[in-house]
Amino acid sequence: MITPTHYMMLSAALFMIGVIGVMVRRNIIIIFMSIELILNAVNINLIAFSAQLQNAVGQVFAIFVIAVAAAEAAVGLGIILAFYRNKETINIDEMNLMRW
Amino acid sequence: MAEAIAFYFLSACILGFAVLVITTRDTVHSVLFLVLDFLFVAALYVLLGAQFVAAIQILVYAGGIVVLYLFVVMLVNLKRPPEAHQDPHRRTGWGFALSVAVLVELAAVGAYSYARPASALAAAGSAGMPVTGNTEQVGWLLYTSYLIPFEIASMLLLVAMIGAIVLAKREL
Repeated sequence: MITPTHYMMLSAALFMIGVIGVMVRRNIIIIFMSIELILNAVNINLIAFSAQLQNAVGQVFAIFVIAVAAAEAAVGLGIILAFYRNKETINIDEMNLMRW
Repeated sequence: MAEAIAFYFLSACILGFAVLVITTRDTVHSVLFLVLDFLFVAALYVLLGAQFVAAIQILVYAGGIVVLYLFVVMLVNLKRPPEAHQDPHRRTGWGFALSVAVLVELAAVGAYSYARPASALAAAGSAGMPVTGNTEQVGWLLYTSYLIPFEIASMLLLVAMIGAIVLAKREL
């Protein structure tokens, strides 16, 4: 019997993998992909509760999360391109122009 | 039983490919593992009875966002790998320590909820609304109760599109 707890544990594990990716990697494209993994973990939670409660509102919010993820990816990758054109790197340790 | 087998198989694939995404050296391989991960997550949505969101997941994530990532990976042709430069002030130890702390908290929450199964949630499931077509239900909600958030999401996408074009253009 698969309960919502199983889905929550899967979602938490996927979320943790995303957080570890954000904290450990220095390639900013991989960091953006880790953020997509985190958003997917949130979506799994929303859909699991939507199925458990027999209520489609969770799926509506999952669609909103996907829309925000698409917007985030577009703007973030635009920022990466603009930064790469100026500094020829995508290493976040070298992105310290605004550090004081 | 079949549901349990499908769930554990899909979970293993999702977590395994997620680990591969963040550990692979080559960025292109990482993006391809991300596609596989999104496809297995879509299969998990089908298992949960959310066919519409599964289709959206495949169309938007595996079809759109990942192609965007691939384009950026191809555009930034790197002469030296980004992991070569190491910041001496970077506090990697703190990052690992925080991750371990959150992992321990999640394990504690999981152990607690296994010890006390959520009876209120199981009871709430029985008193739900009648199940009709999944896409019909979602569309009905999107165009009635959640009409204003839906329109705001379209404005957000428009603004993001303009912003991405302005950022990526060489000179205006």
